Amino acid sequence: MHSLDFDISHSLAGGLVLISFMMLYQDRLYSLLNVFALHAVTLSLAVTWQAFIQDAPHLYVTAAIALVFKAIIIPVALHRIIRQLGIHRDIETAVGIGPTMLAGMGLVALSMVLMLRVTAEADALAREDLAFALSVVLLGLLVMVTRRNAVSQVVGFMSLENGLVLAATGAKGMPLVVEISVAFSILIAFIVIGIFLFRIRERFDSVDVAALDESRGERR
Amino acid sequence: MNFAAFNPVLGVVLIPIFAAALLAALPGYRLTARLNVLASLATFVCAVLLLILPRPTPGPYVLVDDLNIVFIVLNTFVGFTTSVFSASYIAHELETGRLTPAYLRFYHAMYQTMMFGMNLAFVSNNIGLMWVAVEVATLTTVLMVGIYRTEAALEAAWKYFILGSVGIAFALFGTILVYMAARPIIGEGQDAMIWTLLIERASQFDAALLNVAFVFLFLGYGTKVGLAPLHAWLPDAHAEGPTPISAVLSGLLLNVALYALLRFKMLMTANPGAMAPGTLMVTMGLTSLIFAAFMLYRRRDIKRLFAYSSIEHMGIIVFAFGMGGPLANFAGLLHMVMHSLTKSAIFFAVGHIVQIKGTQTLDEIRGITETHPALGWGFVAGVVAIAGLPPLGIFMSEFLVVSSTFARQPLLALLLVFGLLVAFGALTLRLTGVAFGEPRGPTRPAEASYLPMFAHLALVLVAGVYLPAPIVVWFQHVAHLLG
Repeated sequence: MHSLDFDISHSLAGGLVLISFMMLYQDRLYSLLNVFALHAVTLSLAVTWQAFIQDAPHLYVTAAIALVFKAIIIPVALHRIIRQLGIHRDIETAVGIGPTMLAGMGLVALSMVLMLRVTAEADALAREDLAFALSVVLLGLLVMVTRRNAVSQVVGFMSLENGLVLAATGAKGMPLVVEISVAFSILIAFIVIGIFLFRIRERFDSVDVAALDESRGERR
Repeated sequence: MNFAAFNPVLGVVLIPIFAAALLAALPGYRLTARLNVLASLATFVCAVLLLILPRPTPGPYVLVDDLNIVFIVLNTFVGFTTSVFSASYIAHELETGRLTPAYLRFYHAMYQTMMFGMNLAFVSNNIGLMWVAVEVATLTTVLMVGIYRTEAALEAAWKYFILGSVGIAFALFGTILVYMAARPIIGEGQDAMIWTLLIERASQFDAALLNVAFVFLFLGYGTKVGLAPLHAWLPDAHAEGPTPISAVLSGLLLNVALYALLRFKMLMTANPGAMAPGTLMVTMGLTSLIFAAFMLYRRRDIKRLFAYSSIEHMGIIVFAFGMGGPLANFAGLLHMVMHSLTKSAIFFAVGHIVQIKGTQTLDEIRGITETHPALGWGFVAGVVAIAGLPPLGIFMSEFLVVSSTFARQPLLALLLVFGLLVAFGALTLRLTGVAFGEPRGPTRPAEASYLPMFAHLALVLVAGVYLPAPIVVWFQHVAHLLG
């Protein structure tokens, strides 16, 4: 019999996987950002719950960082960038929605089979958490692969990092240094990306990565 | 840690970070370029002291042992010589207006931050800290690759950033899994991330979990090593950034990721139930070697040519470490050192050549030895070394790799030799064009210091002719450690 603790953390982590799926079929940048904000809120809830049941107060910091940075500041800033660049039109997905969803399901199945098998001896909570976390990581990767727009690739990358945070918090007693570093790396990554987006904007009239591909150095 | 006595580890890590802060604040390229050289020299001196003085006992964060000291000394030495090269290179970039003084300040600060990240990755005893350090080093190089802000440079930086981030994300997932494997044995908290404690108890870890962890770590750090088919970022990043950055990317940053991989490989070999990491490494190494060797023929850009050559050599090194055993490990270690020295020397030469000719296209660079004898012959010596001709150091290490493989897996050795020959052909083909023949393009004299290039080449030559006994003993010991 599973306890309530387990059920709640299970449903929060499962919710994160579902929201990752929702990202796969968003075809507008604004709605993609909104879904990402929801993703971050869910992550922060999941982390808060982990902090509560593990009695690990430092995890509340991680949850707060997830909430403030990833659910509020980053979506707002990206909204602004999208508006400034004037690219709030449809996302050009490189692959259709149907195949993408199928690939997503395949990835989730893969991570379940893989993680549940190898963690047979770990406690149930950590097992499920890790399996969900890997699903979120792989789905984030899928978002990055199937989008050609720089902003949506960034969103995919951040949802991938959310999966990592979920894994790190699920690993009981993992030292603080890692969680903080993950949070900071997202911040750094965001700054870097922000700079890049603006530079790209300066040089091109679009942030479509396909336009970048055309300017390969070797083609003459 | 003993703070009362002077601790060289602190010097190796703290000098770069303080220098970065200082360089970010100071104006004027002459001053900052000199300071950059000075800081790199001081770091190198600390690294040498680390070699001489008794080593600090491994703490929760810092570890100095026979393995990483090879990497630290090599890293700080090439960091120092590259800063000397960078000083003369950057002056020219400023003249031609490719870089503005503000960007230059940023460049120097980033250079030292990168050195900080790499040194921290080498000395860290905590696998989480090591991950953070590798990430810092990666992000700083992303910024430097994009510093020219041309379309090609931005594309290269973006590609590098995205692929590097995915790699680093996988590496973190692998790190978390290692922690999960260690937690039931070592207990919760920081102890389960300390490498020296991990290796002591690694035999009791859950083998299945460790296997999955290693696959993630291999994919993650392997992306940064530039193994095919995860190498897509590498040629672009090398070609579009400033040449000093190409030199440190090839000579140093690839080694950092390799070092991380080796540490985890040691964990795997310490566990009897885990899969042998060698098979994975041998396969990827050989794939990279043969793939890169063929790609060399199609290059038309001189920096891309040598970027692919780096993929080829990292393939050889990973192959050698994957084979394992004292001899192959020794060969891999030696090859890594030789490759770092030679490849950065080549990039020093290439940097000056490209500045003289004003182009990176191979067809437009001809007859360098006639117009610029010192530079041209230095370049020839570098390419001859990297192609693996005797009596230079790379010949010796490649010979060791091949002969140790022949003794155990003749079939693999054939593939290895095939790859080496293909690469050799491509490099000789390109070398004759660039170095000899009718001079083409601008022939103005270069205002450059060739000292770093010749210093590296001299070391490679000496190592090829005669390797001092203490170094041999030391490398053999490390090779034994690697298992």
